[in-house]
Amino acid sequence: MFGYIVRRVISGLLVLLVVSMAVFALFFYGPANPALAYCPETRCTPTRLANITQQLGLDRPVAQQYGEYMKGIVAGNDFKAGAITIPCPAPCLGVSFKLRVNVTDYLMGKFPATLSIALGSAVIFLLVGVSSGIFAARRRGTLADKGIVGVSLVINAVPYYLLALLAYLLLISKWGIFPESGYHPLLTEGPIAWFKGLILAWLVVGISSSTQYARFSRGSMIESMNEDYVRTARAKGLSERRITLKHALRAAIVPVVTIFGLEFAYLLAGTIFTERIFDIQGIGLTGLQAIGTKDLPIISATVLIAAAFVVVANLFVDIIYSVIDPRVRLS
Amino acid sequence: MTETSYRPAEQPAGTGSSSEPYLVVEDLTVRFPTADGLVQAVTGMSYTLEQGKTLGIVGESGSGKSVSSMAIMGLHDYKRTRMSGSIRIGGREVIGLSSEKMRSIRGGDVAMIFQDPLTSLHPFYSIGSQISEAYLAHNSVSKSQARAKAIEMLDRVGIPQPKSRVDDFPHQFSGGMRQRAMIAMALVNDPKLLIADEPTTALDVTVQAQILDLLQELQRDFNSAIIIITHDLGVVAEMADEVLVMYGGRAVEHGPTRELLTHPEMPYTWGLLSSVPDVSADTDARLIPIPGNPPSLLDPPSGCPFHPRCPHVDKVPGDLCRTELPELVVGNRPGHTKRCHLANADAIYEAEVLPEIAPDLVELTIADSNAAADGGDPTGHDATPGAGSVAPEKR
Repeated sequence: MFGYIVRRVISGLLVLLVVSMAVFALFFYGPANPALAYCPETRCTPTRLANITQQLGLDRPVAQQYGEYMKGIVAGNDFKAGAITIPCPAPCLGVSFKLRVNVTDYLMGKFPATLSIALGSAVIFLLVGVSSGIFAARRRGTLADKGIVGVSLVINAVPYYLLALLAYLLLISKWGIFPESGYHPLLTEGPIAWFKGLILAWLVVGISSSTQYARFSRGSMIESMNEDYVRTARAKGLSERRITLKHALRAAIVPVVTIFGLEFAYLLAGTIFTERIFDIQGIGLTGLQAIGTKDLPIISATVLIAAAFVVVANLFVDIIYSVIDPRVRLS
Repeated sequence: MTETSYRPAEQPAGTGSSSEPYLVVEDLTVRFPTADGLVQAVTGMSYTLEQGKTLGIVGESGSGKSVSSMAIMGLHDYKRTRMSGSIRIGGREVIGLSSEKMRSIRGGDVAMIFQDPLTSLHPFYSIGSQISEAYLAHNSVSKSQARAKAIEMLDRVGIPQPKSRVDDFPHQFSGGMRQRAMIAMALVNDPKLLIADEPTTALDVTVQAQILDLLQELQRDFNSAIIIITHDLGVVAEMADEVLVMYGGRAVEHGPTRELLTHPEMPYTWGLLSSVPDVSADTDARLIPIPGNPPSLLDPPSGCPFHPRCPHVDKVPGDLCRTELPELVVGNRPGHTKRCHLANADAIYEAEVLPEIAPDLVELTIADSNAAADGGDPTGHDATPGAGSVAPEKR
């Protein structure tokens, strides 16, 4: 088990290394010069552009820059810009071109907002999705089943950004049913403000994600309800409730864990539409803004963090698998 | 149309419910409405079974053997099943019983063992917890008492080191041990009726014998009635006191095991006997499969359901086999019932079928009858194909 985790961590680190190289390569060999973003269009002389390029450190060879970036992650790397020094201890993800701040600290500050969205909506989509999936599976072929499958398909067919935008425009701006959205830190502003600012975002992410959980757990549940061991459970004279929850659901939940692990990783990596529409300053919105300003250190940091979440989620799902299924041995 | 069921001689028919056999099935009919039409899974089936006795139900896949037994357990989804007739367990009618009351019978008075113990045991729960769960469902005891009971049952069915094996998962058991664990689970509440649905089909031949031995031993100790569903006539010969042959959802022959296997009177039973390979038989003996496929239960054939596959149709006068369903009645030989129009079935079997499938036995029979004519044992020797395994004395 320990050896397995070590091997998986090493292979995960290799994946992250390749991702960081790819981001660097795209940025440097891509069509746009990042220094142009900091050079005012009307008064951008070649000297000025060269000056900015030199200031941002973009004039040095790409390999050298990449090497410094890697060194920063492992050992830390303080940045000197004229008279000011920006300290950047390990893991240093660089200093923002535009904001001139330590990217690691900056993104750490944005993370609680993203984590809040992810946790809240995960509670909703797991509860709503899995329970409506079980409900539909138990009543397979009835009107209730068809209704749940139909509604989930309709919600799924609507583009997510449209759903989120309509929810914001109608439920907050026009009708005022929900309080104004935004992120209010739980610790400094209290749970009520935190909850009020996030509730609609949770509902929108939760309900739109719950549709795939509903259909997935319905299918998985129908399959396990037809298994021989469920017939055995029934033959033992167990109650229908116990058969459903303890025997059928226990087996049906295993594949649901897989999609949940990956979905949660994507949520932690930043829900761009949600954060943009509901004006929540999280990782996703920060990454989006960084693309606009061609702020390489922030872009590569968000990509790297997203990749790290996916790698960790995969490992986590595998470990959970070995816990819930006694037949699985990690080796 | 009345269905006649075979009753053992010592059991007078038509007695009150107090003295009637433990299990009484009367005119049981099971139908499944499907998109393609009504599946006539079981039609007009009747039999009785006393405690301590074993009934073997034999037939091809899709002949209705499992469906009729699942009906006793109330395991059919009542929303998708139409059942009529009567099933009485210990004098209590179970058709139409509320699901709550059925649940107390299921796993308690009546328990079931399934064909494939690997898929029938839950892969995520330990053997012990699955057995104690069955015990807890019918007894109000503590979890540790249920666990002790599970260990006791595992020991009883011959699992070595039950105290440590009780926490093993099904995948850590071998096939035979899994089936032993299934048996332990079924017997944990001392059921009065045990239904074993092809209990040995998924097992190695050597393990099969062990499991059958175990079932017989436990039957003696618990005095339960056993219904054993199988397509293996060797299993029936070893285990059953009585045999019921099913075809196309109907009982087609019913009688005491030894009588039925030595003097079968229904061509379908002959076909089953002809399909049994016998290790000790003469190499000239032919293995004759029944031609064709089991009938569609959506649209069963007219008349006798077996007539499209029956090689003896031309021996029946007129078009009787095609037009009229034969009744399940006593034929040439008293003591067992058959559903067939053939008038002299016994003679046809001895003259045409037996020489084909067991030539050595025929010689033996002739030698025996010569000896009998010389003043020996007048009962003679029973000519039985698939010898060796068929009809040994019950222990």
